[in-house]
Amino acid sequence: MIEFTIWDILRNLLLASRWTIVLSLVSFAGGGVVGLALLFLRISRRKWTRAFAKYYIELFQGTPLLMQLFIAFFGLGLFGIDVPAWLAAGLALILWTAAFLGEIWRGCVEAIAKGQWEASASLGMGRLQQMRYVILPQALRIAVPPTVGFSVQVIKGTALTSIIGFVELSKAGTVVTNATFQPFTVYGLVALIYFVLCWPLSKSSQILERKLNVAHRNH
Amino acid sequence: MNYQFEFGWLFEYYPQIAKGIAITIELIAVGAVAGILLGIVCAWVRALGPAWLKPFVAGYVELIRNTPFLIQLFFIFFGLPSLGLQLSELKAANLAMIVNLGAYSSEIIRAGIQATPRGQFEAGASLAMSPFETFRHVVLVPSLERIWPALSSQVVIVMLGSAVVSQIAAEDLTFAANFIQSRTFRAFEAYIVSTAVYLVLAILLRQVLSMVGWAIFPRRAAR
Repeated sequence: MIEFTIWDILRNLLLASRWTIVLSLVSFAGGGVVGLALLFLRISRRKWTRAFAKYYIELFQGTPLLMQLFIAFFGLGLFGIDVPAWLAAGLALILWTAAFLGEIWRGCVEAIAKGQWEASASLGMGRLQQMRYVILPQALRIAVPPTVGFSVQVIKGTALTSIIGFVELSKAGTVVTNATFQPFTVYGLVALIYFVLCWPLSKSSQILERKLNVAHRNH
Repeated sequence: MNYQFEFGWLFEYYPQIAKGIAITIELIAVGAVAGILLGIVCAWVRALGPAWLKPFVAGYVELIRNTPFLIQLFFIFFGLPSLGLQLSELKAANLAMIVNLGAYSSEIIRAGIQATPRGQFEAGASLAMSPFETFRHVVLVPSLERIWPALSSQVVIVMLGSAVVSQIAAEDLTFAANFIQSRTFRAFEAYIVSTAVYLVLAILLRQVLSMVGWAIFPRRAAR
C-alpha cells in the first residue's frame, strides 16, 4: 500500500483549485454581463421585458443550482451535441449568477432617489444617458459590497459542478479520498482551501459596507 | 432537434417522487426549527453573551459561511466516522443542514438583536428582570419579527441547497430524480419534473413561513 503524506494530498488539491478559481471567474464575469442585461430588462418601461426578467429571476432563485446543472448537462445533450462537463457547468453557473446579480443590482438602482431620474430627464437626457451618466455611477457605490459578498456564493456554487463530473477542488477531494482513505484529513483540507478563497472576499465585503455607511452618515 | 419527450414513466415512478418530496420536506422542517434555535443561541452569544465564548461562535459562523455546503456534508458523513461518530445518511443530512442554517441565521438574528433600542434593555432591567429574562421576554420576539423576511429567504435557500444530500444517498427528491433517470434513461424529463416540484416547494415554503410569522408575531396580525 502506498503511503500519502499531507503534502501529497495538499499538492493535488491545490492543483485542482485552479479550476475552481477559473470557473468562478468565468461564471462571475459571464454572470455579470448577463446580469447587467437582466437589470436593464427588469427596470425597462416595457411591461413584457420586465415580466420576462422577473420570471427568469424567480425561476433561477426558486430552483436548486444542482437541478440547473443537471438540466444544462442533459438538456444540451438533446441537441445531439456531446456536452463536456465544463460547458454545462459554465453555462448553468453563468445563468444562475446572472439571476442573483441582476436582482442585487436592481435593488441598488431602485435605492437611488427618484429626484435623480427627474433631474436628469429635465436636462433632456434619454433613458440610456440617464443610466450611464447619473444612475449607474451612484448605484455602483452601493452595489460593490453585496456584489463582492455574492462572489463568495459563486465560489461555493462551483463545488456543485463536481457532481456532473467537472474536476475541480471538490471532485479532487473525492478522488483523493478514494485513493488515500483519509476522508477526515482530505475534506478538512478541502474546506480549508475554500475558506482561504472565500474569507478575504467576505471580510472585504463587510469592510466596504461599513465604509459606505460611514460615508452616508457624514452627508 | 428530433427528441421525443416522454413523461409516461410518471405513472410508474410517482411513489418514488412522493417519497422524495416527503424526505425533502422532513429535512427542511427539522433543519429550519433546529437551525433557527441554534442560530438564536449563537446570536445571543455574539450580541450579549460572555466574552470568552464569542470567538468560538464567530469562528464557527465564519467557517460555515465560507465553505460549500457539499463539503460540510461530506466532512460530516465521510470524515466524522474516523472520530468514531458514524451517522446514517438522513442523520448526517439533518446535522449538516442544522449546522449550516445555524451559522447563517445567527448572523441575521444578531442584526435583529443589535437593532433593539437600548431603552428596551433598560426597561427590562428596571422591571427587575435578569439579563436573560430581558432577552427572552422583551428583546427576542421583536428582534425576530424585524428580520423574519431575511430569515425566511435563508430557509428557502437552505431547502434548495438540500438537493445535494442525494450525494450521500439520502433519499430526497433529487435522489428520486437520479434513480428515475438511471432506470428510464429519461434524464431531461426527470430533472424537469423535479425542478418544477422544487419551484412549487419553494413557493409553498415561503407562504408557510409568512404564515408562521403571522402566528408568532401577533402584533403584526392585529394590525
